[in-house]
Parts: sequence; structure tokens; C-alpha cells
Amino acid sequence: MAITLYDFELSGNCYKLRLLMSILGVRYDIIPVDFYPGRQHKSDWFLKLNPLGQLPVLVDDGLVLRDSGAILAYLARKYDPSGLWFPTEPVQLAEVLQWHAFADDITATASAARLALGMFYDFDLPKVQAGAHRLFRLMDEHLWFGEREGRAWLCAAPHPTTADIACFPYVMLSEEGNISRMDYPAIRRWSDRVRRIPGFTVMSGIFPAGRAAAE
Amino acid sequence: MTTPSPIDAVTRDLWQVIAAVDETPVGVVSTTLLLDQRLAFSRDSDGSPVVWLRTTEEHGDEIDLATVTVRLPVISGYGYIWTSFGNPPDHLFPIPEYAEPDRVNMSCGSIGVGSSAPRIVENFLDMGHFPYVHTDILGAEPHTEVKEYDVEVSEERDEVLATRCRFFQPRAALSATEGIEVEYIYRVPHPFCSVLYKSCPEDVTRQDVIAIFLQPMTAETTRAHLLQSMIDSTSTITDLRRFQQTIFGQDKPILENQYPKRLPLDPRAETPIRADKSAIAYRRWLSQKGITYGTIPMAS
Repeated sequence: MAITLYDFELSGNCYKLRLLMSILGVRYDIIPVDFYPGRQHKSDWFLKLNPLGQLPVLVDDGLVLRDSGAILAYLARKYDPSGLWFPTEPVQLAEVLQWHAFADDITATASAARLALGMFYDFDLPKVQAGAHRLFRLMDEHLWFGEREGRAWLCAAPHPTTADIACFPYVMLSEEGNISRMDYPAIRRWSDRVRRIPGFTVMSGIFPAGRAAAE
Repeated sequence: MTTPSPIDAVTRDLWQVIAAVDETPVGVVSTTLLLDQRLAFSRDSDGSPVVWLRTTEEHGDEIDLATVTVRLPVISGYGYIWTSFGNPPDHLFPIPEYAEPDRVNMSCGSIGVGSSAPRIVENFLDMGHFPYVHTDILGAEPHTEVKEYDVEVSEERDEVLATRCRFFQPRAALSATEGIEVEYIYRVPHPFCSVLYKSCPEDVTRQDVIAIFLQPMTAETTRAHLLQSMIDSTSTITDLRRFQQTIFGQDKPILENQYPKRLPLDPRAETPIRADKSAIAYRRWLSQKGITYGTIPMAS
């Protein structure tokens, strides 16, 4: 049995899966997809895998899956024996799914701004930048109040979940979309916590947490 | 929008890169920004590029290029389209290796960077950051030393040349299977372009060629066009692009956080170390040429 990830190095959505698989110690193979400049995600062979023409796609033992949030849930349920990364208790499950949806909103704004500036995609830049700031403000407040209550992660559970993995990449890459995180100190502290999760791995544009502060 | 920066006379007469030929559709308008000017470009039915000053055209419009009568100079070279606002030379600077029949030549994507073209050239010349920014690929601690190397400005070719550059690299290229001490040669044959030659893991007698061609969109924003001309009989173009994009994606946040974004040409503005010899020569060369676009010139 083998897992294959159809992957683009500079994609934050692909990185979500690389990150969770690294944390869970899951082995996988990569098939690189030339998203830019080759636009292979719109090629005939790729559309057969995912008719939506979007990365990532993960194939596990013949099962073809699309959508990074759905794949995070699948990987966690299947390969995390602790069951902590994607809980099934109803309240916790709903909470994680709310943040998966929030992560998709971050993709639609912060990632769009990054694509506009870095790869010349035709997005309304001021609009998506403003949208990202609105989300970051909400997230920062949520995390700030959480810290006051002794909560370190996006969800109430005392450990990280796929909600944190789903929201992390495009927050961290936001400056490539000219979206400064200077005004979001609780986001910065949370991102340092994510970067210290055992098994954490980087992608281009995201650096490891500082050594001095490491535990 | 920021105020356009004046274009110095040298920059005006240079060939400036704007796009990869293969990524420019035939008969359809593409648009870009060069030196604060809005450009439109396309390719005609035989594939030849046409570039003109953009007026009301929108990106993606179909266009009959016979209707475009006022055109800018254009030349194709190394897989890219180049244009000029002045009187450009007859030829582009030479990269003779590009024509070798067994090389795999490819663009690696045109990436927007929030920094000036000269800052990006200077980062391209710098080996000191390899272990910290390209960890476990182009460098690794404790191998952080930039050994003594030679720099000259070739009068005959009018370019900066750094030779005998050596660095220990865990994964010098996609074709590398183990760490090797790599030898580099850097050329800066154009104020906004640099070409590097590095030991090829697959054939010790030859060198891989990687070039960066920078399109100054404004004085502080740039489109970076990457070229690889490789000796690699096994990797696919997708694999080779991915390797280069991984490297460049690591450089990008570093570049975008350098201030000031324009490159200061006054030698007292920033404190160099011995490893920055090539950068010092590059800054002096820009200064002597009178390049002001994307720089902070010396106070006269």
C-alpha cells in the first residue's frame, strides 16, 4: 500500500498534507505537478484525477481524494492512532470543520493576493487583501482570548488538530501577498507553537521556529 | 500607486526581458509593467513576438497584430522576449552554452518579487546565505565559510565576473546524490541579469547554467525570470523546475524583507564583509555606468 501526493512545492494547500504526514510519520511519494508556469493542473491527464483542476490530489491504495481539508480529515482518521488530530466527538468535530471552512476563506483571500503578486493571477488585490485582514483580525482575537483561558490552539482541545494545520500555511505566506501580520501578535505566538510540533516540516517561504526559543 | 521613477539613459537603451516566449499565447494580448510603463505584447501567427505600449487593451483580448503599427524593438533570446524603450544593442549578451544540443533548456516561471532588480542580482551572487536559507540543499551548517574567490570587471565584455567560488553543498542539483564541494562562476553581463555556472553532478567536465533575468516593473517591484540550461539525462522538466522554484521560493521572503528595497550604491551605506566582494564590484559597476533605476545613487 502506498500513498501518492500530486504536489506543487509552492502550494500552501499541498503543504498542509506534507505537514500532517510529516507529523504523523506517514510515508508517501510525490508526483510533481507543474502548476506554474506549466498549468498542468488544467491538463487532460490531471483533470481525469480531479475534474475541478485543483491541487492537491492524494491517492491512497487506489482511492483518489481531492480537497486539502477533506484529505487532512482522511489522513488523520486513518493514520493517527491517537484520534486527536481529527476528533469525532460532535462538538469537537464541528469546531474543527468550522476552522477548515475558515481555512478555505483564508485561501480565497490571502492565497489569492499571493498568487496575484507572485504569479500574476488576475485577482482584485485590494479586495482580497482587505478580506485577509478581516479574517486575521478574527483569528487573532480568538487566539488572544484563548491564551487568556489557557487554550493554545484554534480548537478547545488541549492539543493541535487539523484545524491548525489547515489555517497555518496561507497565514504564514501572507506577506508574499503584501499582507503584514504585524498587528496580529497572538497569531505570531500561535504560529511559533505550530512550528514546534514534533515532526514539523517547512516549505519554501516558511522557516522553522527560532532555535533559541525551541523547547 | 507610487510615482514612476525616472529611467536613466543606460537603462533606457538596454534590452529588458518581459516574458517567456512559450508562455506567450499567439494572437492574444498579454500585459505587463516595465520600468513603470504599461506594456502589451503578443505573438503573431508565425510565433514572432510583438511588443507595444498598452493603451486600452486588456489581458486576454484577441488581437489582429496587423493593427498594431507602433511597436517597440523586440528580440527573442534564451527562451524569452526582450524589448527596449531606447536604442538597444544589436545582440543580447552571450550565453553560448544555451545552444549546446544536449542541454535541457527551460524557463522556470516568472515570479513577482517585492524588491528592486539590483537587490535580487546581489542576492543571486551571494553564497553566504546558502546554509541558512537553502538549508540541506545549497548549504548546511557547519559548512558556512565562503572561501576566498576572485572578482574582476571585464572591460572587454563589460561584465562583472566572479570565479573560483567554492562551496560545500548537500544537494547541489537535482542530479546530485551526495554532498559535494561545488565550484561556481558568476557573470553579471547586464545590470539586471546574472548567469551562474556550477559543477554538474552528472558530468564533471561540464557546468550547469542557471540565469536570472530581472524585469524591473517599478524601482521596487520586479518580475524574476529564471532560466535553467542543464546537463541532466534523467530528470523531467517538471522535476527541474520544481527544484529551482524551491530554491527561489526560499529566497523570496528574504528579498522582500530587505530594506531599503533599492540598492544603495554608496560604499558606506551598508557594511560589507569579505564574502561580499562580488557585491562590492557589482555596486561599483552600476555606479560607474550611471544606473539609477532601482538603486540609491551615491550623493554627488
